[in-house]
Amino acid sequence: MDTTQVSLEDFWENGPCGHLIAELDGRIVRVNATLLRWLGYDRNALPGRLFSDLFTVGGRIHYDTHFVPLLRMSGELTGVTLDLVTADGARLPMFLTANIKTDAAGQPELLRITAVDAADRRSYERELLEERRRVETEHARVLAFAETLRRSLLPPVLSPPAGLDASACYFPASADDVGGDFYDLFPLSRTKWGFFLGDVSGKGVDAAVVTGLTRYALRAAAVSDDDPVQVLHNLHSVLGQNLGAQHDRFCTVIYGNLTKRDNGFDVELASGGHVPPLLLDADCSATYVDSVGGHAVGLVAAPHFVASRFHLAPGDTLVLYTDGLTEALTGVRRERYDDEGALLRFAKSHAPATASAIAEAIHALLDSFGSGVEDDVAVLALGVPLVTSG
Amino acid sequence: MDVYARNNINVVGAGDGPLIILAHGFGCDQQLWRPVVDRLKSEFRLLLIDHVGSGESDPACWDVQKYSSLAGYATDVVEIVRELDLHDVVFVGHSVSSMIGALAVIAEPSRIAKLVMLTPSPCYIDDGDYRGGFSQSDIDELLESLELNYLGWSHAMAPVIMGTPDRPELQNELAETFCRNNPAHARVFARATFLSDNRDDLARIFVPTLVIECAQDAIAPREVGAFVQERIPDSRLVTLDATGHCPQVSAPDATASAIAAFARPT
Repeated sequence: MDTTQVSLEDFWENGPCGHLIAELDGRIVRVNATLLRWLGYDRNALPGRLFSDLFTVGGRIHYDTHFVPLLRMSGELTGVTLDLVTADGARLPMFLTANIKTDAAGQPELLRITAVDAADRRSYERELLEERRRVETEHARVLAFAETLRRSLLPPVLSPPAGLDASACYFPASADDVGGDFYDLFPLSRTKWGFFLGDVSGKGVDAAVVTGLTRYALRAAAVSDDDPVQVLHNLHSVLGQNLGAQHDRFCTVIYGNLTKRDNGFDVELASGGHVPPLLLDADCSATYVDSVGGHAVGLVAAPHFVASRFHLAPGDTLVLYTDGLTEALTGVRRERYDDEGALLRFAKSHAPATASAIAEAIHALLDSFGSGVEDDVAVLALGVPLVTSG
Repeated sequence: MDVYARNNINVVGAGDGPLIILAHGFGCDQQLWRPVVDRLKSEFRLLLIDHVGSGESDPACWDVQKYSSLAGYATDVVEIVRELDLHDVVFVGHSVSSMIGALAVIAEPSRIAKLVMLTPSPCYIDDGDYRGGFSQSDIDELLESLELNYLGWSHAMAPVIMGTPDRPELQNELAETFCRNNPAHARVFARATFLSDNRDDLARIFVPTLVIECAQDAIAPREVGAFVQERIPDSRLVTLDATGHCPQVSAPDATASAIAAFARPT
C-alpha cells in the first residue's frame, strides 16, 4: 500500500484512543471523534470549555492540585487515572496521558492529551484497593487484639502497701505482637505483699497463654507457700503439668515477698534464671542483687532456684526488668546495650532514685533506643520513700 | 528538633535581601515554586519548606493525629521561625498554606511581618450563604480519586524508593518525588485541607496581608477571594489574569511581581 494514501486524519478521528488538544490553560481546542462518541457530545459542544469540566468535581480538585502542576512543570503526565463525565452524567473510567507542544522558540504552546478506556483496569485496581483496605482493617484488628491481650496480662493498677512506692512500665517492642513479659504486686496478708516479674520465651498468642497461666499459678502458689523458692517450684510443676513435653516454652522469673519492718521492708526473693534486679541505695550506690545462677522455670526436669534476702530501707529502690532492656541494640555498631556493663553505670548515675523516677528514666532510655528495642520490656520498681517531716 | 530535616528547608537567593518563606499547598511540594524562585532570588532571601507528609519532608516525623488538622502544620511553621530566630518574615502560602500561614501569624505575630495568601480559601464546603464551592460528597470524590491513583504512585515511586531510578529524568531535573506524595499522607492532608473552616480566624490576622487570586479558579473562586479580603483588616486583593489554582506555574511573572511589590520593605 502506498503510505501517502494512508489518512492520518482518519487515524486522529477514529483511532482507538480519545485525543484532545487544549490551550495551556486547559481550554479545549479540538476533540477527536472517538472521544466525542464516548462522551456523547456534539462536535461543537466542547471547544472553548475547560478540559477539567469533563471531570467529576472531586476529580477536578485532584487534577488542578496535582496533575496540572505536574504537567506544566515536567512537560508530561503519565499513568493518571480519572473519571470523565459523559453528556448524560455517566462516568467513564479513563487512563490519561499528556504532554506539551512547544513553539519554535521552545515556549509551551498547547496540551496534547490522550485518553484510553480504563474500565477493565479500574475494576482490577478497585479489587486491589479493596484487598489493601481489607488488609489494613485486619491489621487494625490485630493491633487492637494484641493491645487488649497485653493489657489483660498486666495488673490494671499496682497496689503497694503503705510506706512503699511502686512504679511499673511496659514497653512493647512491636504494636502488633504480644511479648511474654509480665509483672504484678499484690497483698498476701496485712503485713506481707507478693511481687513478681518475668518473661515467657517466645512471642504471640502461644506465649500469652503461658504468660496467663504463669501469672495465676504464681498468685495461687504465693498464698500457700511462704518461701519464694517453693513458689517457683510450684510454678514449675504447674507448667510441667499443663505444657507436658513442650520444652520450647519456659519462663525466667523473679518471685518475692515484702514484709514490713521498721521504716522499710524485708525482701525475700527467688530467681528462676532471670536477669538480676538492681538495688539503688539511699547512699547513691547501685548494685546487682545476688540472684544469678538458677534455672529458668519449665526448662529442666529438676530446676535449681537462687534465693536472696535483704532489707529495703528508706531511700532504697529495687528495680526488676526483663532482658529486652539489656539486649536492646544500640549505637552505630548495633551492640547489645548491656554487653559492657552500661545498665549498672546507668543505675549508678541515677541513684538514689524514687520508684517512679527510675521507671521513667528507663522508659526514656528505651525511647532513645528507637527500633533497637527488639523484645518487649517490663520494669517494676519498688522503693521506700525517705521519711520526711510533716 | 531538627526543623531543617523535618521540613526539608532550603534557603536560596540574596543573603541580605528581605526574607520570604514559601510554603506549598495541597498536592505538590516546594518545587512548585521554582518559576517564582527564579524571578525573586536576585532580590530576596527565600526559605522553602515541605510540609510534613509532602515532598522530601522527614517521613519519621509523620504523625496522623498532629497532621489531621491545619493547626499541626501551623505549629511547625511557628517552630521554624522561632528555632531559626527569624524576624520580619514575609510568609507566602499557596492554597491551604495561606490558612496555615494565617494560623501561624496569629500565634506568632512578632516574627511574621506580612502575609501573602495565594489562591486561599478559608472554607471549601458550602455553608448557608457562604459559597465555598464544594459539598462533602465532592471531597469524598477527591479522596476516592487520590485512592485510585495509588497504584500509579507505587509504580512511579518504586524506582525512587529502591534507589534505582530507571526512568529518564523528568524534564528540567524535577525530583522524582514531585507531586507524588504518599497517598496515605495525602489523604490526611486532603481531609485537613478541605474539611477545615477557618473563616473566623481571618479577622484575627493583624499583619498587612496580600490576597492573590486567579480570574478563573475552580478551587478558590473569586467570591471566596473577596470574602477573604473583606474580613482581614489590613489586606488588599490582586486578581491575576490566569486560569487554574496554581498561578505560580501558569502565570509566574505576574505572581512573582505581585509578591515582590508587596514584600519589599516600604
